[in-house]
Amino acid sequence: MKMQENNISANGFEQCIKCTVCTVYCPVVPVNPLYPGPKQAGPDGERLRLKKGVFFDESLKYCLNCKRCEVACPSGVRIGDIIQSARIKYSRHSPSLRDMILASTDLVGSTATIAAPIVNSVVRLKPVKAVMDGVMKIDKHRTFPEYASRTFESWYRKHARASQDGYRNHLSYFHGCYVNYNFPKLGIDFVKVMNALGYGVHLLGGEKCCGVALISNGMINSAKKNAAHNVGLFKESVENRKYPVVATSSTCTFTVRDEYPHLLGVDNSSVRDNIFLATRFIYGLIDEGKVKLVFRKDYGRKIAYHTPCHLEKLGWGIFSTSLMKMIPGVTFSMLDSNCCGIAGTYGFKKENYQVSQAIGKPLFDQICSIAPDVVVTDCETCKWQIEMSTPFKVMHPVSILAEALDLEATAAANR
Amino acid sequence: MNEPEKKTEYDVIIIGGGATGAGTARDCALRGLKVLLIERHDIATGATGRNHGLLHSGARYAVTDQESAQECIKENMILKKIARHCVEETDGFFLTLPEDDLGYQAKFVESCRAAGIDAKIVDPEEALRLEPSANPDIIGAVRVPDGSVDPFRLTSANIIDAKLHGARILVYHELVDFIFEADRMTGVKVLDHVSGEISSYYARFIVNAGGIWGAGIAKKAGATVNMFPAKGSLLIFGHRVNNIVLNRCRKPANADILVPGDTICVIGTTSTRVPYDEIDDMRVTPDEVDLLLSEGMKLSPQLAVTRIIRAYAGVRPLVAMDDDPSGRNISRGIVLLDHEERDGIKGFITITGGKLMTYRLMAEWTTDLICRKLGIDKPCVTATLPLPGSRSDRMEDISGKISSVHLNPVKASVGRHGDLAGQIAHKDDYDLSLVCECEDVSVGEVSYAIDNLDVNNLVDLRRRTRVGMGTCQGELCACRAAGMLAHAKECARDARKDLVNFMNERWKGMYPVSWGETLRENEYTLWVYAGVCGLTAEKSEKDSKVPETKED
Repeated sequence: MKMQENNISANGFEQCIKCTVCTVYCPVVPVNPLYPGPKQAGPDGERLRLKKGVFFDESLKYCLNCKRCEVACPSGVRIGDIIQSARIKYSRHSPSLRDMILASTDLVGSTATIAAPIVNSVVRLKPVKAVMDGVMKIDKHRTFPEYASRTFESWYRKHARASQDGYRNHLSYFHGCYVNYNFPKLGIDFVKVMNALGYGVHLLGGEKCCGVALISNGMINSAKKNAAHNVGLFKESVENRKYPVVATSSTCTFTVRDEYPHLLGVDNSSVRDNIFLATRFIYGLIDEGKVKLVFRKDYGRKIAYHTPCHLEKLGWGIFSTSLMKMIPGVTFSMLDSNCCGIAGTYGFKKENYQVSQAIGKPLFDQICSIAPDVVVTDCETCKWQIEMSTPFKVMHPVSILAEALDLEATAAANR
Repeated sequence: MNEPEKKTEYDVIIIGGGATGAGTARDCALRGLKVLLIERHDIATGATGRNHGLLHSGARYAVTDQESAQECIKENMILKKIARHCVEETDGFFLTLPEDDLGYQAKFVESCRAAGIDAKIVDPEEALRLEPSANPDIIGAVRVPDGSVDPFRLTSANIIDAKLHGARILVYHELVDFIFEADRMTGVKVLDHVSGEISSYYARFIVNAGGIWGAGIAKKAGATVNMFPAKGSLLIFGHRVNNIVLNRCRKPANADILVPGDTICVIGTTSTRVPYDEIDDMRVTPDEVDLLLSEGMKLSPQLAVTRIIRAYAGVRPLVAMDDDPSGRNISRGIVLLDHEERDGIKGFITITGGKLMTYRLMAEWTTDLICRKLGIDKPCVTATLPLPGSRSDRMEDISGKISSVHLNPVKASVGRHGDLAGQIAHKDDYDLSLVCECEDVSVGEVSYAIDNLDVNNLVDLRRRTRVGMGTCQGELCACRAAGMLAHAKECARDARKDLVNFMNERWKGMYPVSWGETLRENEYTLWVYAGVCGLTAEKSEKDSKVPETKED
């Protein structure tokens, strides 16, 4: 007799054999009883929703979209994608003003950087926090990330652009909103490191926010527009200029590689394999013997590394940790795989604050017990959350490299 | 057994708890008759529970059998009013594929209209927009008022109403013999399968509503009804592929109907004559699975890659006309036999033939005959009086009334029980916690079913609530439900046996399609139940040799 060779359904929901391991690994389930958990919200709910849309449950908004369920699933079901797709398809909640502000990272960022000193000090004021808490429902316990007074792009134009063509190899840098508006130093570190490794760093020429915050706040049409725009830039870089695209943010990387095709229906197949996270890219170069790293002799740091959820999903945490372990003088501790709880804009929302902190507690406790010199992670929102919730400073692996490398000697070795 | 000298206890005893028996019990009870219904298994275990669950518009029969088509469309419109919680108004398409004769379509539409069926020709592109799962190669489409009907719910609602009007229902009670006084049938000897006791019940009229098993029942009374069992096999897919019923616009043939029913969809059927002595053991063969899948794919190519969770088979009760013992002249119509006229057996009536769609009409005819004989002049009201569960005006509001929290288990229970869902306790987290995760069946709903709906075992519970009917086929829910039954019946040992039976019954339906995800699911289930929990059958029964279970 004939047997079906495979079962194909949206996001593989038919592959689910109800083992429930996803729910065991969900960071929200133990702390928020209102959330039905990934199995119920995902493949189980999908069957009911296919029967009738009324079975869509607004409690799906409690999903962090951390994708830990997908990492845990032994059957390859894209549980997180099922949940987010259902929100896109069925939710009739239009985003509030707060959600729109939180989601519009590049619009808000470009406005805020103009008046950064004022914005930074104003949002720290208690009365302002109280108003944001009361009116906007942005939790008063939250510390807003600081805005830089000058964007990364303007630094780049002034200090870096002219020299980039002189390198042997080239790449395009997807810096993301965070580097541009909040923390240009990471971008500067990246340019320094890559230049030392013999790579010229180029901007994509008008990148837009990857859209992760737009997706999680239900602004799907804006997210699709950004995605289509960015994929156009990636194609220009990869196909015409033959420059790979490298990003420092693990969430941006994950979004442009996987959320674009899965959630937004934006095809990136021709460029996807040429989009890298910085640590993955650098490790690859070392592994293939294409670059040499010369470290400073006097460097010493006690590092605790936290794998962001989306990096866990990419499966690339090993590249960041391996790079850190290569550095002489580093005492390395691997933190247990836990979600920090912020999940982008999720933790900023008043209704999620308690849950967000409860999710992160095991991570915070472990960091405190290790008491490292610095926590290292590839994600900017994890950085905010850990810095707010523990007394420890958080750095990006690329910034650690920038500190630990003897940049001049490295540059000489790679010339 | 002592047989006490008893006078007539009942006006009517009905043998058979399918849709027809249940409908007859309701109609008789509504007309003031004192009714007893006996059923050897559970309600809806025969052909009633083993078909497509298609609420025929009659279109399928329009060209070949105008009478059936007219009956269907009338009953279709009645059921949409009286049994709203059992019915979903999906509409249906009759699709013409490139290999079919488009010329048939005109004849089809004309015949539909002649029967009173609202058939509209729809542009293929528009049909595909409305039902994207349909074969994109279609060259023609006709829209008709088909729907889906849940036969378990429908039968249960009839039973509930019959009981509300004084009828007594005895499930797991099997006819042993008839009792006669001279040329009049006056009662039945009945074996109670639960207690093992045999009792006698008496009535003025005894109705044989045994479906295909009616031939055997009639034989016990000394009458001959020529039945020709025709097996029909069907496949259940794990989720809804289509939301509109898909049919082929051609002469009725195999595997040409795809029905969306509740959370799943069903393709069927095949048609094979089977010997009468095999009707208690229907199995789906590999050839049938092949046929269903290859023909089904023509209606909706998506079926080729959609997970199949079960296969099952039923037996159609086809009756040979009395003047044609060869069986060539088969009627699919309703057959009402007054054995007093036909065989000289007073007080015995057989109602058979027909279809799930016409169960109410069959009940009406039977009850009319009894009333005529009893000289009772009460009109039938079943065509207008809604069934319990369908009495509220707007179903959408019910869940809002029942619970201010719009939780899925509450919504799901309203879908299954209609306005009776108000009787389900959903007070606290425990009530709302799930027994069956695939179908969203709560602890509250299971408790309600156990307490109110004649549930003897897990298979009965499944028919009342859909516990175990989802993707996992009992993997997560069976042990929870068994625990609740053990608690209610205060017997863990029976519950454990019941659990083994239930899991084997689930496997019986999975076996013919046990590949891919369905096989993985079953292996995982086996690992959990047998490997981790150590559940085994008390005798050395292997999984492949499932104990006799009569249903899928």
